[in-house]
Amino acid sequence: MTAELAEPASKIELPAHIGGGGDIPSFDVHLRVRRYNPEVSDESTWDDFHVTMYGTDRVLDALHKVKWEIDGSVSFRRSCAHGVCGSDAMRINGRNRLACKTLLKDLDTSKPITVEPIKGLPVEKDLIVDMEPFFQSFREVMPFLINRGHEPTKERLQSAEDRERFDDTTKCILCAACTSSCPVFWTDGQYFGPAAIVNAHRFIFDSRDDAGDMRLEILNDKEGVWRCRTTFNCTEACPRGIQVTQAIAEVKQAILSRKI
Amino acid sequence: MSATEIQSPRSAAKVGSDRIAPQYRRNGASKGNFEMIAWLFMRLSGVVLVVLIFGHLTVNLLVGEGIHAIDFGFVAGKWADPFWQVWDLAMLWLAMLHGTNGVRTIINDYAEKDATRLWLKIVLYAATTVIIVLGTMVIFTFDPCPMVNGVPLPGGFCPAP
Repeated sequence: MTAELAEPASKIELPAHIGGGGDIPSFDVHLRVRRYNPEVSDESTWDDFHVTMYGTDRVLDALHKVKWEIDGSVSFRRSCAHGVCGSDAMRINGRNRLACKTLLKDLDTSKPITVEPIKGLPVEKDLIVDMEPFFQSFREVMPFLINRGHEPTKERLQSAEDRERFDDTTKCILCAACTSSCPVFWTDGQYFGPAAIVNAHRFIFDSRDDAGDMRLEILNDKEGVWRCRTTFNCTEACPRGIQVTQAIAEVKQAILSRKI
Repeated sequence: MSATEIQSPRSAAKVGSDRIAPQYRRNGASKGNFEMIAWLFMRLSGVVLVVLIFGHLTVNLLVGEGIHAIDFGFVAGKWADPFWQVWDLAMLWLAMLHGTNGVRTIINDYAEKDATRLWLKIVLYAATTVIIVLGTMVIFTFDPCPMVNGVPLPGGFCPAP
């Protein structure tokens, strides 16, 4: 029985009479989904769905169940369904999260769970938004290595310390949860947004990259880092736990120390 | 860098009233460091203002007889001293510019139409200019002994004849 003890403790409260992996506690979930179909109406509405889900299920599983068994017209994006591709960022109970990383049992299932598209980007249908303005800002900070030196014969070496400097910002999966949680971005959508700054940060502080100055100049724009109001919405929204607001502050300091 | 305008499908033009549908309108980089200087000014002026305002409050309200000593004569006595003239001038300018910049930021963040933004800023800058000019004038042209037709007004702080 020692092998069983070595297993990590389950976070799900299993009743004593259930053993093994067969039975998982189930509960009823009231899902309230924001619907929008431009071919039918210009107004969006709420649709309510009641489904029976299990303790191991995520919001994405509930959406799947709705789409596969109740209403096939419910539209949302998802690809890997395991928190890596960043396709299914949505506003769940008023907070930006990945549907595939949000367990239903962690939410308050006694109330309806609201699911809306992320804010600040044009909605295409139901939970699907047009990500193009988001990616336009991302492209503008040149999120790729620019190196003016000679091409090395093997690889570009870097010390562990230099790699550590920007480690946090390499984790971004471009799900747009941060940018679409930013109140400044909601206003007119012209602000570069946290995601673009995070991805600029990833190269600005990379010792192998030579275009840091160019990126700092781009982010010194009137829609750049200075529009950040440090509300920390982005840090709270990031499903990867990136310290987004801190990264933005570091870019601000880099611009200041370069100019003064 | 050429103008970048993204034609996104089904966006902006035909969206409903409660829907935010930004179009990508940024074109080219804005020149200059104005936003950076404004950001830096907010931090520096904030620190200086903490010192100035708490100094002001201490001297006016706590030292000596405190709040009971404040009258026309008290203000006249303070502004007879160039030190307090400079202190109050610095406080006036920094507080006004700090506040104006803060409101400017709020207008930029919350105004949705360019016309609204423009008009709110015109009102803001006009009010700021009036208050700064008026305040500066008062500090430097303050007369402790106002005379009307050769007779000092009551409450004045006139030198003994």
